[in-house]
Amino acid sequence: MKKAISSALLVSFSMAAGFAMAQSATDDIAKYREMIADGNPAELYEAAGEDIWAKPMGPKNVSLQKCDLGLGPGVVKGASAQLPRYFKDTNKVQDLESRIITCMERLQGYDAKEIINAGFEKGKRKDVEAVVAYVVTASKGMKINVPMKHPKEKEMYAMGEKAFFFQGGPMDFACASCHAEDGKRIRLQDLPNITEQKGAALGYGYWPAYRVSSGNFWTMQRRLNDCYRQQRFPEPIYTSDVTIALSVYMGVKAKDGVIHTPGLKR
Amino acid sequence: MKKLHLILSAALVVATSTTVMAQSKFEKDHAASFKANGQAGMDRLERDDAQKFCSDPAALAGKGDPKKRAAIEKANMATIKQPSDGKYLGNWQEGERIAQSGRGATWTDKAGTPNGGGCYNCHQINKKEISHGNIGPSLWNYGKLRGNSEAVVQYTWGKIYNAKAYNACSNMPRMGHLKVLTEDQMRHVMALLLDPESPVNQ
Repeated sequence: MKKAISSALLVSFSMAAGFAMAQSATDDIAKYREMIADGNPAELYEAAGEDIWAKPMGPKNVSLQKCDLGLGPGVVKGASAQLPRYFKDTNKVQDLESRIITCMERLQGYDAKEIINAGFEKGKRKDVEAVVAYVVTASKGMKINVPMKHPKEKEMYAMGEKAFFFQGGPMDFACASCHAEDGKRIRLQDLPNITEQKGAALGYGYWPAYRVSSGNFWTMQRRLNDCYRQQRFPEPIYTSDVTIALSVYMGVKAKDGVIHTPGLKR
Repeated sequence: MKKLHLILSAALVVATSTTVMAQSKFEKDHAASFKANGQAGMDRLERDDAQKFCSDPAALAGKGDPKKRAAIEKANMATIKQPSDGKYLGNWQEGERIAQSGRGATWTDKAGTPNGGGCYNCHQINKKEISHGNIGPSLWNYGKLRGNSEAVVQYTWGKIYNAKAYNACSNMPRMGHLKVLTEDQMRHVMALLLDPESPVNQ
């Protein structure tokens, strides 16, 4: 059993390096996923996030327990299933991460800019990531239900669609270059067709996820950041409009898909 | 005098076309969401005509204004430079290395290091490499099936140099035109596809 896990891990690592591997690699990864389905390492992040959520912290020394993620103060269950969404108090459409930062700023007195300018896994950003793991686990098994009623939600969807098809950079890439057709692969990695419900749900329903090849938990913001890196674009600013708009686009497309977060990825 | 007048009006046209190219609201909001990092500067969000045209989902799917499409293909065709010394084929072993590497040009890559071609990301090439993508067609036996007549060689060079010359919204990067690969690197990739000795043609 242990041997099987480590060989599956090795396969994942060689895939990350982008070199030759056995055709059965995707099967092996599926097997590996099955084996550790009851022990996704994301659980460690989730447990840390649960503690951070409940612990009084920051300049105001209060917890996040009154944080409103869209279903009322303190409601975590089902919250990520309906994000991003419009929030009246900020007059903005926010995804889970930008909303957690709003709570850290308004309830606890942290400096939002500092969190936005920090790198992934750096400083207070690390706490945001752990809280994400906690919150998304509480929507596991539920259906994706990202709203598109408020005019600002509709605006963000439209922006997300345009961003998805925006072709640029030295390699002429857009999100659509890889994610607008069925049955496509980069090397052996299957690429979901995000322009349709099924593919969108495959992407949106499994992120955030624990990423085996890098050995850490990736939020949706981090997933998108790395997509843009590989697109050879400049770097998207953490929680910027484009990143939230893309989540709205994917989430709305993925409506009624089942949430499997935190996922387990290669 | 007449010549001066011509130069002046040409300068005027250039000046107006740059001012006319004001950003749309979307382009402004979109750009405001990014920051330059390393070699990945903000200029990468400035799209040429082809990139703008292909940012429309209909155009990407092969529809859209056929006249515009033809004009884009013509303009891209005009960018293709045949190799300076008339030599098209390099070394297929080098070509295989370039085809394997998907590195380069991201904000985590050091500027000035050679880019890979990333060919296997999307194409089957040497059948022995089973980890290949399928966004582009299989290139197995590329030269064996087509031979290496002047027409085939020049077309292949052109396709690698600027794929949008043949299909305005091709998903293939314009390796030569946008300087992803050097002329020498393209010669090596050419050899991988066309050299009768290349494993691709066995």
